[in-house]
Amino acid sequence: MTALTVNGMKRESASPPTTKLLDVLRGEFGLTGSRFGCGEEQCGACLVLVDGAPVQSCGREIGTLGGRAVTTIEGLQDHPIIAALIAEQAGQCGYCLSGMAVAAAALLARTPAPTRAEIVAALDPQLCRCGAHPRILRAVERAANGMPR
Amino acid sequence: MTDLPKSLADNPRLDRWLRFAGGQVHVTVGKVEIGQGISTALAQIAAEELDVSLDRLTWRAGDTELAPDEGSTSSSLSIEVGGAALRLVCAETRALFLAEAARLLNTAPAALEVENGVILHDGTPTGHDYWTLAPRVSLARDATGAVAPKPRAQHRLVGTSTPRRDLPEKLAGGGFIHDMTLPGMLHARVLRQPRPGATLAAVNEAGLAHHGARLVRSGDFAAILAPTEPALCEAVEAAAPRWDNCDAPTPDMAEAAWLATQPADVRTRGSDAPPPAGPTHEATYSRPYISHASLGPSCALAHEQGGMLEVFTHVQGVYPFRLNAAQTLQRDPESIIVRHAHGPGCYGHNGADDAALDAAIIATLVPGTPIRVLWSRADEFAFSPAGTAMQTTLRAVLDDDGLLIDLSATITSGVHVNRAPGRLLASRTLPNAQPLPPPTESSDAYPGAGTRNIVPYYDIPWRYTHHLVAGTPIRTSALRGLGAVENVFALESFLDELADRAGIDPVAYRLRLLSDPRARRLIERAAAISNWADRGPAGTGTGLGLGFARYKNKSGYACVVVQVEADTGIRLRRIWCAADSGLAINPDGVRAQLEGGIIQAASMALKEQLHIDATGTATKSWADYPILRFSEIPPIDIELMDEADEPPLGMGECTMGPTAAAIGNAAAHALGLRLRDMPLTRERILAVV
Repeated sequence: MTALTVNGMKRESASPPTTKLLDVLRGEFGLTGSRFGCGEEQCGACLVLVDGAPVQSCGREIGTLGGRAVTTIEGLQDHPIIAALIAEQAGQCGYCLSGMAVAAAALLARTPAPTRAEIVAALDPQLCRCGAHPRILRAVERAANGMPR
Repeated sequence: MTDLPKSLADNPRLDRWLRFAGGQVHVTVGKVEIGQGISTALAQIAAEELDVSLDRLTWRAGDTELAPDEGSTSSSLSIEVGGAALRLVCAETRALFLAEAARLLNTAPAALEVENGVILHDGTPTGHDYWTLAPRVSLARDATGAVAPKPRAQHRLVGTSTPRRDLPEKLAGGGFIHDMTLPGMLHARVLRQPRPGATLAAVNEAGLAHHGARLVRSGDFAAILAPTEPALCEAVEAAAPRWDNCDAPTPDMAEAAWLATQPADVRTRGSDAPPPAGPTHEATYSRPYISHASLGPSCALAHEQGGMLEVFTHVQGVYPFRLNAAQTLQRDPESIIVRHAHGPGCYGHNGADDAALDAAIIATLVPGTPIRVLWSRADEFAFSPAGTAMQTTLRAVLDDDGLLIDLSATITSGVHVNRAPGRLLASRTLPNAQPLPPPTESSDAYPGAGTRNIVPYYDIPWRYTHHLVAGTPIRTSALRGLGAVENVFALESFLDELADRAGIDPVAYRLRLLSDPRARRLIERAAAISNWADRGPAGTGTGLGLGFARYKNKSGYACVVVQVEADTGIRLRRIWCAADSGLAINPDGVRAQLEGGIIQAASMALKEQLHIDATGTATKSWADYPILRFSEIPPIDIELMDEADEPPLGMGECTMGPTAAAIGNAAAHALGLRLRDMPLTRERILAVV
């Protein structure tokens, strides 16, 4: 049993400790916003925050997360990045957007007023196949303008 | 009677499309959301013609029980054909309701109008609306197409950038087929036949129980079932299947040049006259095998119960898939219900159909148990259909000024149309498998597939020979743009070579060959916004290149200009695109499709190639298949031409060829050297230098 906090709520996972956090979130907790893209920490679709730091949840074992705080896209619904992504219509299929939003939230937490280059660097590990990149960048800038300074 | 759009001619009954209940308009369509925003654009059309607000629409797309059969959501036809059908259905339905209201009110229909579903007379509610009148107005009748849709001047929703209706749910943690569960479902994965014709010799069945998993098998079709996704992944590892009778392809087969050595079905079209005498120029261009590389792997759910098989899938066409599954499973199509659910970005015939057939077959082997299939990333790269490698050779005859007066093309290509029953992956592994039916792609039917856009939009005589190779080393099918990506890359690169040889500016050269005024305006606009006039000499390390096409020579127009820096690599610096969509139903949606096509085509042109080794597709992960990232994508300026009095045109694929060509031309301008084989990698540059 692993006790952790998910989106501000105490949760216990009964999964074996080697189970990947993504499988716990989706399969055990029913939190489907973190997407399965590759299972190899290469695409970023499953990105979550662990104690505020971006982590590819497909590669992180649940047994390492006792007492840690995990934030998923479901826990970021009031973050300005969500409204900004919609305002910029920054998605085509939308499959990458959970990871994009989480990456943006991690960036804005440490750099509330990022430059374009800082945004690009923060999002560069995240893959998008539909070509929504320009809109996603604008959305992060828009969200930054709505962040408390 | 008007000629009805195909979608309506095939599904003429109005009640197949619309139903009024509970204060909502229940709209059912066959064209499905695949990330292109079609469910929003079609909703705008329906709400516009019915005079209701968008939130009055309840939408269902792609469902063999409920929705009309509009074939496949493909070929940039959803607005042109599906939208045209829905527009006529809604216009005629509105007229039927107004006629009934007029009869009840003893007035003329022309004296009435509709506001958000409520019938008004002189601006005052009449006490009637769509829902009170619905019991009196039968939609169990065929459309006539005789009611004219609204003129453009009356549009309130069409032509506006309405936000995507599906995005909020997808940003709130749901929205995809991957998020669906069925009570009591098991997770399943097929042990994939590594090569066509391979036979399953052994599976470590004893190793499965430890994971709570089991094997189901029928001939060479074998799948593992497990209670959870992680248990399934471990069990699939433990299963360690051994296959016999695998052929062993070689790495050279991944190159387009290999195709030209293969037996082919050869067909010729175009001018019967032999090319005239004169100076000639000839060049050969190619592209390799390309992956759809959707961000999420293919997924499907299926449930066999009480003689009915229900399948949830993200295929492009639920009815074509139903026929396919019925033939493979040897059962009545009416005993199968196929329902579309949203998947990751779909750019053509990807693995969705195969995953759906996997789930369907497994469900029939374990009746009563719902089955969920999710492919691995490695299977997605290795086994979903690829966009085929192609080689295009062009031969020009020139006049004394170096102007193109005659064009001959030879195309060598694998198939781009490969979804016929019996050709999906699992079909060939079943005990009752029929011999693989031949591919159905035609070299002749306009607008073609491998031959797409090889017919120049320029005013010159042409002929082409199409070598269709059925025996590609990896399975191929339709991928965004089909043959037009390679053919436009070839043709527009070739035009720059001819312009260079003639000492004429590439834009001026094109305009001398082109009569369509819309195309001329488009190219002139693209040249203006990109400061083409200041382009400067070749070979400076910075280059500006242009590519133009009208997709299928009858759909969306795009002219793309790209600025690059090039030395031993090519870096995109800026991209401009002028596009003509006719009436844009949703201008921001059009822009999104244009931007997406540009970025995807740039990624293909610069980076992408599937590799082959003795096991088949050697490409198994994103590490093997880099795509363009944020840091590699330059600013993109899109300019929509104002041609809104023209009918709407499909825009999803029109930028693909022009972008690839513009990058090739910009690289040639920067380097003073021509690269004719995609992807335009460092290795290719060094080979030419």
